[in-house]
Amino acid sequence: MIVVNTEVVPGRTIREVKGLVQGNTIRAKHMGRDIAAGLKNLIGGELKGYTELLTEARRQAMERMIAQAQELEANAIVNVRFTTSAVTQGAAELYAYGTAVVID
Amino acid sequence: MWTLWLQILPVAVLLVLGFCVGTWRERRHFESLAQREREFTDIGVVNLKTVAQPETVASAALVTGDAVIATDYFKSFAASLRNIVGGEVRSYETLMQRARREALLRMLQRARELGATEVWNLRYETSNIRSSGRRTLAVSVEVFAFGTAIVRR
Repeated sequence: MIVVNTEVVPGRTIREVKGLVQGNTIRAKHMGRDIAAGLKNLIGGELKGYTELLTEARRQAMERMIAQAQELEANAIVNVRFTTSAVTQGAAELYAYGTAVVID
Repeated sequence: MWTLWLQILPVAVLLVLGFCVGTWRERRHFESLAQREREFTDIGVVNLKTVAQPETVASAALVTGDAVIATDYFKSFAASLRNIVGGEVRSYETLMQRARREALLRMLQRARELGATEVWNLRYETSNIRSSGRRTLAVSVEVFAFGTAIVRR
């Protein structure tokens, strides 16, 4: 499955547009990570726990989007976009969406 | 008089600690960023949407990079004072720069792993990471950079 955030896959032609595909996860923060964040908020620096959390969450959202595209029998997803929304205090939804297409 | 000092002292200690350690860590981070950016000068990055010369493209793939950076206590405190008079919040400029440059470097690292020489349609997504309400001064930000890495024939 080819995944790009450009509108077309460069060098290939779109034969058929299958439609919008999406994937999302909602992740809550881990208490342990929050405590480490408390120290970092004093001295500054990267919150590695959160970085890993969000990277993993986005990867999962993308996997779900790719699974949807596979169900539609597409072989590429173009114009992928990501959004993040705070759902409740301490939880965020990560959403990935794009257009599933068949390319030659 | 004694009780007044007792109240001010913890905050003052935290401010000094935040300032000293925070500034030192920030300087180290900027040095690290500058050094790593020198290693990626061969990968061209643009935010244009349409890839030039598409007939020479061997493969294209989405690449992403992510960074969550927190600011230190002193900067948060200084910025909250700024809320009283308004204006440019210089304390947070370095925070955003660090997060953006770090996210971009990680994306370029992924592009390098794929053997790409160009990244097109670079986009940034920024989100606020808020702690569960205990300390409202705490500011950390997540920057997510993504683009399409191109490998030429």
